[in-house]
Amino acid sequence: MERFTGKVWLLGNDIDTDIIMPTEYLAFKTIDEMKPYAFSPLREDLAAKIKPGDIIVAGSNFGCGSSREQAPEVVKALGVKCIIAKSYARIFFRNAINNGLLLIENDELADDVKEGDTITVTVNEKIEYNGKEYPIVSLPDNLVEIIEAGGLVKAMRRRNGLD
Amino acid sequence: MGMTIAEKIIARAAKKTSVRAGDIHTVELDRLMSNDGTSHLTVAKYNNLKNPRIADPGKLVWIVDHNVPSDSPKTAASQKVMRDFAREHGIDFYEGAGVCHQIMLEKYVCPGELIFGADSHTCAYGALGAFGTGVGNTDYLYAMVTGHSWVLVPETIRFNLTGKLPEGVTARDLILTIIGMIGANGANYKAMEFVGDGMKDLTISDRIAICNLCVEAGAKTALMEVDEVTLAYLKEHGREPKACFKSDDDAVFAAQYDIDLSTIVPIVAKPHFVDNVVPAKECTDVKIDEAFLGSCNNGRIEDLRLGASVIRGRHVAPGVRFLVVPASASVYRQALEEGILETFMEAGAIIMNPNCSVCWGSCQGVIGEGEVLISTGTRNFKGRAGHKDSFVYLGSAATVTASAVKGFIATADML
Repeated sequence: MERFTGKVWLLGNDIDTDIIMPTEYLAFKTIDEMKPYAFSPLREDLAAKIKPGDIIVAGSNFGCGSSREQAPEVVKALGVKCIIAKSYARIFFRNAINNGLLLIENDELADDVKEGDTITVTVNEKIEYNGKEYPIVSLPDNLVEIIEAGGLVKAMRRRNGLD
Repeated sequence: MGMTIAEKIIARAAKKTSVRAGDIHTVELDRLMSNDGTSHLTVAKYNNLKNPRIADPGKLVWIVDHNVPSDSPKTAASQKVMRDFAREHGIDFYEGAGVCHQIMLEKYVCPGELIFGADSHTCAYGALGAFGTGVGNTDYLYAMVTGHSWVLVPETIRFNLTGKLPEGVTARDLILTIIGMIGANGANYKAMEFVGDGMKDLTISDRIAICNLCVEAGAKTALMEVDEVTLAYLKEHGREPKACFKSDDDAVFAAQYDIDLSTIVPIVAKPHFVDNVVPAKECTDVKIDEAFLGSCNNGRIEDLRLGASVIRGRHVAPGVRFLVVPASASVYRQALEEGILETFMEAGAIIMNPNCSVCWGSCQGVIGEGEVLISTGTRNFKGRAGHKDSFVYLGSAATVTASAVKGFIATADML
């Protein structure tokens, strides 16, 4: 299983889609144009600080609110390797998987971890932080296939022999 | 073991005799709704496919409602993409006719159907006994091209309603109370089902207001039984049920709540979450800059009648903007015929064309830094209606209108 290490950005509970990608910037034509404004109602400078390979850790109900797919798309475009939250809103969950953004559910990490610290994730197995291991529940094979392909459309193209 | 309404609708769509909560099934969709929030993105992704085709264009309904009329070259361009694609593929298309969910309920939704909408408030369709659920544009694209999708069968939380709402208290106050009770993720991944004697006095408009807001508790869908009220509404709009379902006596529920409607009071959700609710009377120290009566939640003729009854013979407070936005063209016309628009205009309100308006915080009535809005819209997230440092309170049509008159958050009985 894939194993990676990344720096943590720590967010709270109920991080809604209007915070992840505010309405004001949805009219931009590309996700790249939206990138600087991700999370801006909450932390204006966060998008600029996030580096490829970083990990977002958050509380419960991450991604609640609208069905705007720009929310997980912009997180992915910032290079965030995965999100680890206590729980996800269901539309965001599907949208993230469909765009190849890995989501991990874990109840404890958000309470233990400090922003800026480094954690190591072994996909479908465990998170390691500060000498402690946090087990994670495996995603079903069909969802892993979609994430590995980089999203639902790419997975279907691969499955149909188009790529 | 019996099945819930949610299980029965998914079983029908999956062509199975029975399904259980927790199962994943491939289902055929009855209807696919999309609006100008994301349709242009769906088109872009569609055009990237090799030899794409739409499984059944007759099932698609595309509605421009989020930025109407277009407010910038950017939205004009994305709406043109949507308009041209709909024309080219023979998709039912509406523009300026109202908020997508209101149009769907007036013209399309039938009991027993499974409907995907590329909009989170698609759960409103449960008011007519249909399983509506919100999806993103990639899920939408997949369903549009294949005619199918996969769904996780949700568990159901059941709300047994008894009694009658007190005078001046609305279905909006009821659902805000329930969301406050179970929390913003209290029904995450689940269906919320509403039954009981208390249903018989709730109009279709009330039922839509209840089901529509269930996503604010995280619900996948909201469902109600089909009764005489539903059948009368369908007949009036020239439609018939596909299938009428009730949960079996031995169906399994994740939780059950009994709610006595006579105990509900006018409620306000404070910034910045829909579950942050208090009795409206506890917010009378909050001065407002703007009031909004409209949206898929509370922009129907019943809401406008209620607002008009509150403001008739009175005037909007100095310094307050009061925006009234009918949820559809037919609501607009009826309000015009009933003299309701005249009442609002005489009171100093601003009447807007049917669209999502202030609720979506992009094209009309956007609020500035430090400003306070009281709204019948769907959400009060930080920055939802404009500047990131602004404040949105949610309340009923009666509370919003009374607040517009007073200039601070007020209930109708305070006038």
